[in-house]
Amino acid sequence: MSFMITHPSRDERQAEVVAALRDALPPECILFRREDTAPYECDGLTAYRTSPLAVAMPATEAQVAATLSVCHRMEVPVIARGAGTGLSGGALPHALGVILSLAKFNRIVKIDAEACTAVVQSGVRNLAISDAAAAYGLYYAPDPSSQIACTIGGNVAENSGGVHCLKYGLTLHNVLRVRGFMADGTAVEFGSEALDAPGLDLMPLVVGSEGMLAVTTEVTVKLIPKPLLARCIMASFDDVESAGAAVASVIARGIVPAGLELMDKAMTACVEGFVHADYDLKAAAILLCESDGTPEEVHEEIMRMEEVLTAAGATRLEVSRDETQRLRFWSGRKNAFPASGGISPDYMCMDSTIPRKRLAEMLRAIQQMEIKYGLRCVNVFHAGDGNLHPLILFDADEPDEMHRCELFGADILETSVRLGGTVTGEHGVGVEKLNSMCVQFSPAERAQFLAVKHAFDPRELLNPGKVIPSLQRCAEYGKMHVHGGMLPFPELPRF
Amino acid sequence: MDPVLARIVDRVQDARLRRAPLEIRGGGTKAFYGEAPAGEPMDLTGLTGISSYEPTELVVTARAGTPLADLESELESQGQCLPFEPPRFAAGGTVGGMVAAGLSGPARATVGSVRDHLLGLTMLNGRAEVLTFGGQVTKNVAGYDVSRLMAGSWGILGVLCEVSLKVLPIPPARATLQFDWDESRALAQLKRWASQPLPITGNSWHDGRLCVRLAGARAAVSAACGKLGGAVQSPEAAVHWWSSLRDHTHEFFSLEDEALARGECLWRLSVPTTTAPITLPGRQLIEWNGAQRWWRGSAPAAEVRAAAAAAGGHATLVRGADKSSGAFTPANDVLMRIHRGLKQAFDPAGIFNPGRLYARL
Repeated sequence: MSFMITHPSRDERQAEVVAALRDALPPECILFRREDTAPYECDGLTAYRTSPLAVAMPATEAQVAATLSVCHRMEVPVIARGAGTGLSGGALPHALGVILSLAKFNRIVKIDAEACTAVVQSGVRNLAISDAAAAYGLYYAPDPSSQIACTIGGNVAENSGGVHCLKYGLTLHNVLRVRGFMADGTAVEFGSEALDAPGLDLMPLVVGSEGMLAVTTEVTVKLIPKPLLARCIMASFDDVESAGAAVASVIARGIVPAGLELMDKAMTACVEGFVHADYDLKAAAILLCESDGTPEEVHEEIMRMEEVLTAAGATRLEVSRDETQRLRFWSGRKNAFPASGGISPDYMCMDSTIPRKRLAEMLRAIQQMEIKYGLRCVNVFHAGDGNLHPLILFDADEPDEMHRCELFGADILETSVRLGGTVTGEHGVGVEKLNSMCVQFSPAERAQFLAVKHAFDPRELLNPGKVIPSLQRCAEYGKMHVHGGMLPFPELPRF
Repeated sequence: MDPVLARIVDRVQDARLRRAPLEIRGGGTKAFYGEAPAGEPMDLTGLTGISSYEPTELVVTARAGTPLADLESELESQGQCLPFEPPRFAAGGTVGGMVAAGLSGPARATVGSVRDHLLGLTMLNGRAEVLTFGGQVTKNVAGYDVSRLMAGSWGILGVLCEVSLKVLPIPPARATLQFDWDESRALAQLKRWASQPLPITGNSWHDGRLCVRLAGARAAVSAACGKLGGAVQSPEAAVHWWSSLRDHTHEFFSLEDEALARGECLWRLSVPTTTAPITLPGRQLIEWNGAQRWWRGSAPAAEVRAAAAAAGGHATLVRGADKSSGAFTPANDVLMRIHRGLKQAFDPAGIFNPGRLYARL
């Protein structure tokens, strides 16, 4: 889907905005020709594209402040962008807005091994923090699958998780301080290097706000000691229900694994072809269950895990002997998305969360939906925390498949809400799940979100149109439902 | 709607129309903390009960007036706990009060705070609308994380009705080690230990003695005991020690009338862990790897606040006869602008706990 405003004033507006930005930034930091801005037209959700008026690439905080101040004065929407790996369209440009790229904020300012913290600029890659901290025996715990590429600023915007967040928490739990700028260019700091800051705790609002409350330029993160040892159990199950029940049994026994992941048979076959990790292709579901800590701790915990998994009906158990094998166990899980790209021209990754106990029920519902929408779906789950990543396979070149895929996705999200869960566990709402927000939140709750936005950004200039659906949009979405789930005018872009 | 909740909604609606401030009250055990409560008392202790608890989900949902003691004993019966160890300054504290005050105990530096364990809640805003944010699942990024904003908001944004919390298994093994070391040595050693993979879940330094609590798998705790050395406290003494810090029953925290009359105050300094020893007149008790430093003495407020600010932290006047200098350290101008915006967003008529956090808010 491509979306571009071409009304006659766009060129004039662009000229005006670019001219004003030249007062704030050196000319080489402003992109506005179509061929230069093309790479910024979408993020990881490539089905949605918009051409921005301009891309600003400040190199200093003063330039960020000046850029924001110009845009504020001219009422130009500003969309902050890190690596653009987001999966929900959070960094999708606004047709009359400016992309504020933080790519040049790529410096690790300080690793403080005594305080177990790192001060990094917002464009620093997630994995680069752990790489820099490794010399001190420390690392940064949240590890989203895109950690090679995604930036800490993007992680703050999305409150990113990863496979280890069951034990080590999300971005919010691992960030002490966020420094940045308000929509009008005023400098601001949330949190502090102490464990709390005066007044209301604004950090939970800022982390996960998808760039709608402030622009992040620098972050202080917590580092934690690298576990001395990690071992992983790969367990096979004959049916998905018992794999789901095994997850509950592990938790019930008082074990909090470092990672607890589930892949269904279709997904296992898909990744095995991609990574050749010797997965059990006969199993209906595979659980990866990891323990980390001191060697004594891991030894004790692995024994308990094996006991529980066997009692829960595992048909095969394999414990990683060494680091190479452990990484091989994980290689399939970490490559689930690219591997799906290998078996289907296109796929859409969903991200809802449900209470763990509803896992089997959810999987059965997804099987029904495969029939209903005539599309295949492969499944990976952060089973430990109930976060699902069903990947719906489709071919955008086939008439109607994209449309059916969207309906399939919306159905998964609405089923998740009905089962007591949420429409997004870690990928964010962006533009992708705006309609589903109408289902999860009442008009009063959505109005409250909007009021929070106004407390930070009264002119609604930071990433407008994302996360909080308008009342009209929800009304329209409600009406669509009346028509049996078939969207009127499916060819129209809907954001 | 539940009749108890319906009565609260009516009460808020009425207060809004009359623009009559309400003092939201649970057990009243933290009335001494922060700025003085004001407004017509609105009692929430009728809103009780654990709405759902599934140990295998590691989640419990309870109504705001539920006594904290009831919740903790229910969790304990299933081998689980609130890992952030909320203080129980007196009997009768409630779950809603625990969240609204946002205070955490000795384990905070390693396991996180109340806020970190809050998954979702139902609340009333100043328009008497019943709103639900977050949920009962750990991973949830749908919309702004409004529920966690309520932790430590002292009731100025809304009435908490029901909260969902992440709970954890009680660690199978615990041990407390003690070392007779001075402050500098204790702080330096805590820093070294914090950067190593050790199962430390609490520490304190007071009066020349460092206490370190280990908790986790049996093998890990016994290995760490061997590595750290020191004298092992008896389990009874250890339980008593950590709960005396958690609940402020230790004599250090109790300021009798006489002490208050002498102008003695209890200050909480929240500073970066690496802060060098702070010198103020009076006595000190340190927790959280050095990030929480309690001072008891008669130093002028300005001096205490300056010491905390110099270290990159802030100070709270927890107990004292004269709180005219403000209980909490004010946030800076930019943040105060956001505070006022949020107050307006949640409570436009200004009826909830006015002045409880900051004057005119």
